[in-house]
Amino acid sequence: MAANSSLRDRFERGLAAPICLTWELTYACNLACTHCLSSSGRRDPRELTTAEALGLIDEISAMQIFYINMGGGEPMIRSDFFHIIEHAVERHVGVKFSTNGTRIDPAAARRLASMDYLDIQVSIDGADATTSDAIRGSGTYDQARRAMDNLRDANFGQFKISVVMTRESIEQLDEFEKLAQGYGAELRLTRLRPSGRGVDVWDQLHPTLQQNRDLYKWLINRPNVLTGDSFFHLSALGDPLEGLNLCGAGRVVCLIDPVGNVYACPFVIHDEFLAGSIRDGGFGKVWTESELFRSLREPGNPGACGSCGSYDACRGGCMAAKFFTGLEMTDPDPECVFGHGETALAAKRVSIRPTPSPDHSRRTPVALTTR
Amino acid sequence: MESTTFDVAAPWQLSPDVSIRDEIFGALAYHHITRRLVFLKSRTLVDVVRDLHNHASAQDAITSNVAEAERDSYARALSALVNAEVVCGR
Repeated sequence: MAANSSLRDRFERGLAAPICLTWELTYACNLACTHCLSSSGRRDPRELTTAEALGLIDEISAMQIFYINMGGGEPMIRSDFFHIIEHAVERHVGVKFSTNGTRIDPAAARRLASMDYLDIQVSIDGADATTSDAIRGSGTYDQARRAMDNLRDANFGQFKISVVMTRESIEQLDEFEKLAQGYGAELRLTRLRPSGRGVDVWDQLHPTLQQNRDLYKWLINRPNVLTGDSFFHLSALGDPLEGLNLCGAGRVVCLIDPVGNVYACPFVIHDEFLAGSIRDGGFGKVWTESELFRSLREPGNPGACGSCGSYDACRGGCMAAKFFTGLEMTDPDPECVFGHGETALAAKRVSIRPTPSPDHSRRTPVALTTR
Repeated sequence: MESTTFDVAAPWQLSPDVSIRDEIFGALAYHHITRRLVFLKSRTLVDVVRDLHNHASAQDAITSNVAEAERDSYARALSALVNAEVVCGR
C-alpha cells in the first residue's frame, strides 16, 4: 500500500521495533554470485551459536517483531536451520527466507510445506540458464528450477521468485511474470546495489536510465509484483510505486549479520553503518540506543536534491547506492531518474569507492560473462 | 477471497491470525496468513479493535470508546479493517 505523507514522516522518525528485520544466518554459501551484497562464501568462526540464535528469536518475539527475513550466505547450509525456523514459528514470529534453492530436495520441500507462517524466496537472475548462470554460476538456474518444482510438488503453496534487476535481467520482465504464473508463485523484483561484491559489477550491470523508466512503467501497472520498497527512487517519475517509498534504514528496517552485528540496512554491511552488536546487551538495546540509528531518525538533509521538485517523491534515493559509488549522502542517487546522479558522479574529480568491511568471499567468485 | 460485509450491529473480534504492536501513531497490525501489514492510525481505533470481543456489537464497542461526533468515521474504519481481514466475525 502507498502510505500517506504524515505516516511516512512518522516512520522516518523511527518505530518501537523494526517492521522488517533482516537476519543473515551465515556467511557460508555454496555459490559465489558476482553481485552478492554480503560478500559471502566462507563461514565466519564467530557466527551465532544455536543457543544465541534461539535467544535472539525469543527477544524478537518479545519485541513483537512480526516476521524475520532470513538470508545469508545460504541460510539452509546451517545445520541447525530447521531448528531455528521452527523455534521462530512456535514463538509466532513469521519467517521469510531467501535461498538459492540448492538444498530444497523433495524431502526438504515436504518439511517446509508442513510449516505455517513460512515464506520462501528462491533467487534467480535471469529467465533462462544462460542469463542467470552468468551471475550465479554454472548449473544454478536448473538447480533453482528444481527447487521450485519440488516446492510445487510438495504443495508448499505460494512461494516467491526473487530477481535482482540487472541490465540483462530487466529485459526479461514478461518472461519472469510468466514463470511465476506457471508456478502460482509471486514475483519479487529488487534493485541491484553496489554493496558487497556488487560494487565490482555495478558499472557493468546496473540498469540504464531508459531501462529504469521502462521498469517503472511496468511496475506501476502491476501492484501485485513485490519489490520490497526497492525502487522508491523511481517514484520521481510519477505516481508512487507500491510500498512506503522511503529509506527505512535504522528507522523501519535493519540488518543483523551472522556474527550478531547490527547494521542500518541489508545493503550497508560496512563499519560506517554499524550500530552495535546483539552480543552487547541484546538487539533491543541497539535498536533504541544506537547513536547511528538516532541520527538516521533525525530529519534528513536534502542536500543537492533540495532544489528539485521531486525530492518529496524519491527522498534523494538509496543511502547504500550513494555510499558505495563514492557519492555523499547529500548527493542524488546514482540512478536518479533525471540523470542528476550521473552528473554528480562525473563531477567527482577523484572517485573513492569504499570497499565493504567484512569480506567472506572465497578466492574465486564467478567470473562475470556477458552475452 | 470472498469479502465479508461489515454490519455494525453484529458481533466482531480481532482476528486470531493478527498480531498488533502499539506505536506512537496508533499501531501496526500484521496478518500472519495474508502477510499483509496494516496501519491503525489512531490510538482510539486500536482501543476499539481490542475491545470488540467484549461487546455484543461493533456499535457497542464504538459507543463505549469514541466521542459521539466521531463515531461514524470509526464505523468506516472498522469496515476497512474487515476488508483487510484484521477484524473478523465471531
